[in-house]
Amino acid sequence: MIRLYDYPMSGNCYKVRPLAAFLGIELALIPVDFYPGRAHRDAAFLAINPLGQIPVLEDGDLRLRDAQAILVYLAAKYDGTRTWYPSHPETMGKIGMWLAFAERITATASAARLHDAMQYDFDIERCRAEAHAALQILDEHLWFAEAGGAAWIATNDHPTIADIACFPYIMLSEEGGISREDYPAIRRWTDRVKGIKGFITMPGIFPR
Amino acid sequence: MNATARDPVICNDWHPVAGCIDLPIGRVHSTVLLDTPIAVARRDEQTYLVWLDPEHRCRHHMPLDAAIIGPTLPATLRYGHLWTSIDEPRHPLFSLPEADEAGRRPCHPGSIGVHTGGLRAIENFLDLAHFPFVHTGILGAEPYTEVLDYTVTINDANEVVATECRFVQPQAALNATGAAEIHYIYRVPRPYTAILYKTCPLQPERFDVIALFVQPVTETRCIAHQWICILDSSSSEAALRQFQLTIFGQDKPILENHREKRLPLDPRAEMPVRADATSSAYRRWLAGLGVRYGTISASQQ
Repeated sequence: MIRLYDYPMSGNCYKVRPLAAFLGIELALIPVDFYPGRAHRDAAFLAINPLGQIPVLEDGDLRLRDAQAILVYLAAKYDGTRTWYPSHPETMGKIGMWLAFAERITATASAARLHDAMQYDFDIERCRAEAHAALQILDEHLWFAEAGGAAWIATNDHPTIADIACFPYIMLSEEGGISREDYPAIRRWTDRVKGIKGFITMPGIFPR
Repeated sequence: MNATARDPVICNDWHPVAGCIDLPIGRVHSTVLLDTPIAVARRDEQTYLVWLDPEHRCRHHMPLDAAIIGPTLPATLRYGHLWTSIDEPRHPLFSLPEADEAGRRPCHPGSIGVHTGGLRAIENFLDLAHFPFVHTGILGAEPYTEVLDYTVTINDANEVVATECRFVQPQAALNATGAAEIHYIYRVPRPYTAILYKTCPLQPERFDVIALFVQPVTETRCIAHQWICILDSSSSEAALRQFQLTIFGQDKPILENHREKRLPLDPRAEMPVRADATSSAYRRWLAGLGVRYGTISASQQ
């Protein structure tokens, strides 16, 4: 079975679980005691991922770190319809761009949440300001996408891994003191993500 | 006016400021208690220090150095946590005899910062009605949504106690193998501390102990320190922690959604939707103790 090194409160680990659910893939979850145990910094885990980050996915002999890389792999390998990661050059380029953007959301909104919830020593005002700047970019993008008839970040009709990658830390932003009140297009889009058939939640994210 | 200045009950009480697991030897843990910046450190296996840090000179995880230690506060290590008081504690720390019972396993699932006042966190912990809707499939499930009658009293030690609580739970604990009717006893020994005794799945005649120790950071912010002392000897530490953190993570957005982050003590406020018998008794008891920090009294509304 495909193994996922997992922590239930992590938005990055969570990214993998809904895609697996949408694709009908069963995951064996291996709990990593991220907080308070800091097990991701133990020698045993550093041997699995020298960056000391979760999630990590193992499928046979393949070992992958980085949530975005894992989404690319699972969609490319296990989605026979190729709707989650279409093999269309322009779409692939756009998806790559928004996967990198998801990393930006992690570096800002997720950092703010770690500061507020788990006492990380970050510059909280800066985290929040940069998160708002990122949210504004996505909100504008989604507003124009909707106006042009597109429901999703990188595509018109079917969600892709770009939507899954951006979703969790936006949905958890309030835990870092980042309100989504000013981003109506984002709020409509998160509702659409929650409406995907087979959607699953994590602690802090409720069903629609 | 400083919010603490008007509340001797809370200022003279013991409060948790860190779980032991978050205190590596020789490193500073910087935090805030009752609007007061403090620093905490473990000097060696036995010695713990808490001191005032009014100018916030101590950064989190900086090395402990005698030069940074300010005026010290009382420090007591108990129930997996370090406790202090910003004034003179008027009582010893509350008792929890199960902590010393043989065969029990103490575990600190984690300390989570929450954007709400600490009394809201305690009140939510006492609420049975939210289980099927917030902890679906774990602590509750439809159609078992009815809260059956139970008894709330104030015991001889002046603690709020709710007994005879029952609830059907799909997975009452990590080691539960199926749904069962679980019996609960709630005990609130101090305004910011609540303890739950619930049927142990493997030894139904005994109770697992699940405690919530809340650190009031400000009137509208808190850190929820969880501590469990249970009869599960087989689950891994990581799995036990993740089970508890998952449940708390489900509560967190509900807590943070309260528009008013302080707890109203006026019996006419927020009635009757949220307040069940335990929360009504809790609010009356807080008013009787004279607790003001983290509350809204009738005159403020």
